[in-house]
Amino acid sequence: MKKEITFKIGGQQGEGIDSTGEVLAITLMQQGFKIASYKHFSSRIKGGHTYYHIRASHQQVYYPGDTTDILIALDDESYEHNIGSMSPGGYVLLENSKEEKVEQKDGCTVIQVNFSKMAQELGNKIIRNMIALGSAVYLMGMDYKMFQPLVEKKFLRKGQALVDLNINALKKGYEYIQNLGIPPFKVERPEPSEQALLTGNEAFAFGALASGCRFLSAYPITPASEIMEYMKANLPKVGGVAVQAEDELAGLLMAIGAGYAGVRSMTSTSGPGISLKTEALGLAGMSETPVVIVNSQRGGPGTGLPTKYEQGDLNTMIYAGHGDIPRIVLAPSTVEECIRMASMAFNLAERYQCPVIVALDLVLSLNKQTCPDFSPKMLEPIDRGKLLTEKELEELQEFNFKRYRLTEDGISPRSIPGQRGGVHPANSNEHSETGHITELPDIREAMMNKRMGKLKSFKMKGYEFIGGEEKPVQTLFIGFGSTRGVLEEVVRTLQDKGEDVGLAQIKVLHPFQPEGLAELAEKAEKIVVVENNWSGQMAGLIAKELQVAHKIETIRKFDGNPFTLAEILNQYEQLLTKEVV
Amino acid sequence: MATLKDYKGDTATWCPGCGHFSVLAGIQRACIAMGLEPHEVAVITGIGCSGKVSEYMRCYGFHTLHGRSLPVAQAVKLANRGLKVVAAGGDGDGYGIGVGHFTHAARRNVDITYIVLDNQIYGLTKGQTSPTSKQGFVSRTSPEGAGEQEVRPLELALGAGASFVAQVFAGDIKRMTEIIQQAMNHEGFALVNVFSPCVTYNNTYTYFKEEPLLDLKDVPDYDPTDLNNAYNIVLKNNGRVQGVIYQNNRPAYHTFLAGYPEDPIAFRSIEPDQDVLNELWAEFK
Repeated sequence: MKKEITFKIGGQQGEGIDSTGEVLAITLMQQGFKIASYKHFSSRIKGGHTYYHIRASHQQVYYPGDTTDILIALDDESYEHNIGSMSPGGYVLLENSKEEKVEQKDGCTVIQVNFSKMAQELGNKIIRNMIALGSAVYLMGMDYKMFQPLVEKKFLRKGQALVDLNINALKKGYEYIQNLGIPPFKVERPEPSEQALLTGNEAFAFGALASGCRFLSAYPITPASEIMEYMKANLPKVGGVAVQAEDELAGLLMAIGAGYAGVRSMTSTSGPGISLKTEALGLAGMSETPVVIVNSQRGGPGTGLPTKYEQGDLNTMIYAGHGDIPRIVLAPSTVEECIRMASMAFNLAERYQCPVIVALDLVLSLNKQTCPDFSPKMLEPIDRGKLLTEKELEELQEFNFKRYRLTEDGISPRSIPGQRGGVHPANSNEHSETGHITELPDIREAMMNKRMGKLKSFKMKGYEFIGGEEKPVQTLFIGFGSTRGVLEEVVRTLQDKGEDVGLAQIKVLHPFQPEGLAELAEKAEKIVVVENNWSGQMAGLIAKELQVAHKIETIRKFDGNPFTLAEILNQYEQLLTKEVV
Repeated sequence: MATLKDYKGDTATWCPGCGHFSVLAGIQRACIAMGLEPHEVAVITGIGCSGKVSEYMRCYGFHTLHGRSLPVAQAVKLANRGLKVVAAGGDGDGYGIGVGHFTHAARRNVDITYIVLDNQIYGLTKGQTSPTSKQGFVSRTSPEGAGEQEVRPLELALGAGASFVAQVFAGDIKRMTEIIQQAMNHEGFALVNVFSPCVTYNNTYTYFKEEPLLDLKDVPDYDPTDLNNAYNIVLKNNGRVQGVIYQNNRPAYHTFLAGYPEDPIAFRSIEPDQDVLNELWAEFK
């Protein structure tokens, strides 16, 4: 019995590939499977090859896998594009309007079916994908009736007829393959568990809302728009506001305005937006205004690869802006972590009164993963830092409140507009303790030291060790963001071969947290940094922060698509061969 | 009751005779006349000489970036509807580098007042041609005369959908205070374009004194609620008018926001409501 099954549906964009894949992913999740998924698509609405890949497993996996057990190819392009990644003995369901046949081809059983005709027989051609899904479910050795709850949830409000149509379609596809007498896979059922299936974008937005974020302003951009859409739909339910800003810069400026006014606020964007928002990043840093910026990275520079994946904004997030800007940059690597890091981000922004950037990437943002059922324990308790109450302010009896008071830790008590006793101008110019413009050298120095020094007390574990119990290893892999899934499997594969390897997945990009990591790096013979950008931005950061440039090797990919397990293993082999020569 | 003393911020360092002194006084007087306390007012500014208004006026304030006061100001208001929010900046700020924000703020119609201290020159950078400098204006950045036609703020604001458009000369402080107060009482985006002479680089005092603006209170039966009237009077007088040119009562932005609370968001509890969270989470199951 298999404890895992992989599935892919491929076709043209606009043919409902996404929603069909989602129907299966949700249903398998409801059955207790852990899911990792991947959507492949291009920058157009109709047409162009697209696929939805699902890996359903008894164990939590974060990588959808290199191979496919069951492929639905709705056209020949999908067949050609995906046949190379079939697992041996896999099944292909290929739409063919001319003939129906079963043959052994390319190491698989290829079943050619006229799904379109079957859809017409049911009187509605849009039902084709559900018929194909019914066929696939038969080949998974599962029952089409398992779709009933989801189909009802999705379609019952549009009438029982639509529910029946979908279930009949699943049944028709199911029975068609059953009648061909093809033996299905046998997949063991997992224990049922309370869990959910969501994308990184959804997880971050939910986490933000649950952590007290009450204001979002943003500009639509792939692959971050879903965050704004989620907040537009749901912030009103908690008395919050989401504004579609006129441009990227205004997106951050408004969030800063709301942050200054005392509301937990955020903006969401991607690389081109970060470039545009950079001016306002300096404003937040200088005026010591809490704000959270989510950056879902995509292929750059310029417009780059608008719908493709890359991790090329690391340097921008850490260094962008003229002058020295205090900031924190976090990088979650799983959907579950997106929820937790949202709560951390809002706390840190208020605790340190500075912008906090959260680095997502397209793969993490847009693909669904299972996540344990939500509990408040997933969030850090809300901490608003040195935000004063009106009573505390009045006790100070300051005619001009010292908003930028020089304190030991560099963090000043804060008031918000509307509070009596806290009147002050926030300022983007260099300013005195009361917030008034100054160019006096002594004050300038003190204020620079205060702003840049306040992050000294920022200490947290900056990485997660993956590959068993944390201990020094011969070869240390390093990555960040969504590569966690595939790197975990790289480590497992190499460990199975007897190699002494481990993975440090970096979670805090800035201020860099060397604690623990420095020792791992020092004791490793080799450090292999795996990342998706041309120049090796993470490798550069590690080299600079840990002084280990001499033993860093990089594995990089920047073609717009995430790594496969095989690609990393191949490049790793090449690194070893290079050394022998 | 707050007095001028309560509203006095840092000592102003504008050039003696600068029109901005009057504008500052106009805003302060309007706040006092409206019975506002300094903690109930937020003045959000851009940069340049005009940006210093938030320095010199004691209230909540935010001296932001060049041309960026409006997005910040709109968010401050949405975050705390209990505040009176005034954005202020110069002509370069509002009609040059920030003109995109200006047009969108006008159509969005958040309940704020935008005061543009229009001196038709870049003052703090020492006298370069600005967006409202007249075509042919000679400066070090247009030694042969500016080739561009000037921005016409009133027509721009009307076209962008501003629900309140006014203009005044800074030399007439009484009238200015009156108009700023009207603007602050207007529920929606209110523009007050103030001709505020730059005594150092573009001294227009004599010009405005000798050829005063046409005050609309002297125009019999002028109806500011009629958009046609507004356009006509502005076009006919080449923009040289004073008073409330246009005002309509279309609903402000916040009235379109579902679930927008009656009380300031800034002072609401942010502890999560578990029922709402559970309901939202159920969508992922």
